[in-house]
Amino acid sequence: MSLLMTLRIAFKALGRNKLRTALTMLGMIIGVAAVIAMVALGSGATATIEEQIKAQGTNMLTISPGSVNAAGVRTGFGGNSKMIPEDAVAIRDLPLIEYVAEGVNTRAQVIYGNQNWNTQIQGTNVDWPTIRAWPMTYGSFFSEEDVKSAAKVIILGANVSTNLFGDGVDPTDQTIRVKNQLFRVLGVLGSKGNSAGGQNQDDQCLAPYTTVMKKLSGQIFLNNILAATGSADDVKPASDAITDLLRTRHAIAPGDPDDFTVQSLEDVIALRTQSTSTMTSLLAGIAGVSLIVGGIGIMNIMLVSVTERTREIGLRMAIGARGYDVLLQFLIEAVVISSVGGAIGIATGYGVSEFVKYYQNWPTLIPANAIIMAVGFSAAVGVFFGFYPARKAAGLDPIEALRFE
Amino acid sequence: MAGKTVIQVKDLTKVYKMGEHEVRALRGVSLTIEEGEFVAVTGPSGSGKSTFMHIAGCLDRPTSGNYLLDGRDVSKLSRDELARVRNQKIGFVFQGFNLLTRTTALDNVELPLLYRSVNAFKKSERHRRAMEALSAVNLQDRHHHMPNQLSGGQQQRVAIARALINEPSMILADEPTGNLDTRTSIEVMGIFQRLNVEQGITVLLITHEMDIAEYGTRIIRFRDGRVVSDSKTGRRRVATEELAALPPPEPDQVPAPAAPQPEPAGVAH
Repeated sequence: MSLLMTLRIAFKALGRNKLRTALTMLGMIIGVAAVIAMVALGSGATATIEEQIKAQGTNMLTISPGSVNAAGVRTGFGGNSKMIPEDAVAIRDLPLIEYVAEGVNTRAQVIYGNQNWNTQIQGTNVDWPTIRAWPMTYGSFFSEEDVKSAAKVIILGANVSTNLFGDGVDPTDQTIRVKNQLFRVLGVLGSKGNSAGGQNQDDQCLAPYTTVMKKLSGQIFLNNILAATGSADDVKPASDAITDLLRTRHAIAPGDPDDFTVQSLEDVIALRTQSTSTMTSLLAGIAGVSLIVGGIGIMNIMLVSVTERTREIGLRMAIGARGYDVLLQFLIEAVVISSVGGAIGIATGYGVSEFVKYYQNWPTLIPANAIIMAVGFSAAVGVFFGFYPARKAAGLDPIEALRFE
Repeated sequence: MAGKTVIQVKDLTKVYKMGEHEVRALRGVSLTIEEGEFVAVTGPSGSGKSTFMHIAGCLDRPTSGNYLLDGRDVSKLSRDELARVRNQKIGFVFQGFNLLTRTTALDNVELPLLYRSVNAFKKSERHRRAMEALSAVNLQDRHHHMPNQLSGGQQQRVAIARALINEPSMILADEPTGNLDTRTSIEVMGIFQRLNVEQGITVLLITHEMDIAEYGTRIIRFRDGRVVSDSKTGRRRVATEELAALPPPEPDQVPAPAAPQPEPAGVAH
């Protein structure tokens, strides 16, 4: 008997007792829905973090002094873990590196008229807007000349500009006081909101790093170096190249740990999403246990069904069904229950995640491979848990079965 | 109405092991059944008639002896091969009807067609054949009814139609009237007689009631695992006559459609 025919027979048999079929499916539906919902929430969270981090810049590498261990904690601040502007120059010379920006950070009060605001002043270089893919609302960025001459020029973040000059005002060419020095405003950065770490990215100012080092903070070491490659494929080799370069420059013996950290955005993403990923897998695993419960439910009902339909099985055998035909029929019944239950579960899980997305504003995302796995797993549960009852059915003796009350 | 031999058994024995004892259900049975016969097998319980029926119906294999069904030795076939033979050669009618619940009469009748191993039919062809079979038992108007919407007699008629659908070599009926009242029993026996006479269908009927056995042309009596008598029916009952002789049906009893008279010279199948 053809597979199609057996499928028809199985569907008909399931349709004869729709309530029982539906209740048996419930286990699978709930199990799969739970897994899908968990995966959706987890993937959504991971994707959001990824998105936010990627928005930091394209093909960007961050080089910082000290080493970062797995938990993101910095260690290794020793006398040697300092970076100097010459390090940045050397990095600039690397063939894979297209953009470099030295970084120094300090905080200062910025004053305009009777408005003042405490903010972070980032010293950087002309490549910064390219590396960070950051547009300007007003004015323009400072120039290499400004950097060479440590000019007292400043770019305001959106928040700072609003606080000093008001909303929608172009402060270009205005003069503000920073640490009792007069700085000319060259422009305002576009607004980018909060970063993945929750910091307000609009609450900062940019100035040439030379200016900050000489005139504001007086430091001689860099806080970080930003670099970017031309293409995404170059990021990993560039990261290796920088590591080798700095190990040489800092005279680090082979086998000794780095006294600096080179992080690509992928690294940051991996770091930040590690816990979410683990969480997601854990939750999905727990939800997966309910799939087993669903499968046991199927096996249970199929066993009851086989007993209940003993005479029917005897009849089918009498009119010509072979053991294989009976086995296939009951196996397919189990697989139909589990697969259809799985499909409904996927839809339900999707519905739940959409519901959460709408009402809670939590991001959700169902990766395609999760759906494929859910379908595959559902069918597998049906085959696995349906096999024993099906084999029992196929092994019945037709004479005994026909006599069964 | 000569023709081929449908069943030929020689020295058939069947021994069961029940724990420590052996039960000798059949102790050497030899007989022949020709095409077109209407044979009733009767005997008390434990006589071996059920065992004989199971072997004749290819539901079981003999311990020893031969069984030629339509000329083919089926005594040593595998389970799957026996299933195939049952599908092609034998039409079963059971005491308990054994129709699939929540399934239309038409779908019930076509069930054996789904298990054909050769020449599977398309849906339309299956439908046509099933309707034909239902017409043969005068139930074509109820083809869409479920068993719970049919009376006992009607259900048994659906079962008979199902037994006919694969054009078997014989119909094997196991106490077909056991669950039916007197009038309906006679009606059903009338259908067997009509099919036997008009279409030359070979019928093997198992019963413990002599009344029912007398509708056949030949009665074989079993006792203690052996055939103790095998002869043409003395005073054969004819269903149509019996029905006419019954008192008129009470208001709650549904009258059956008239079954035509069996003719002495039958039509060859």
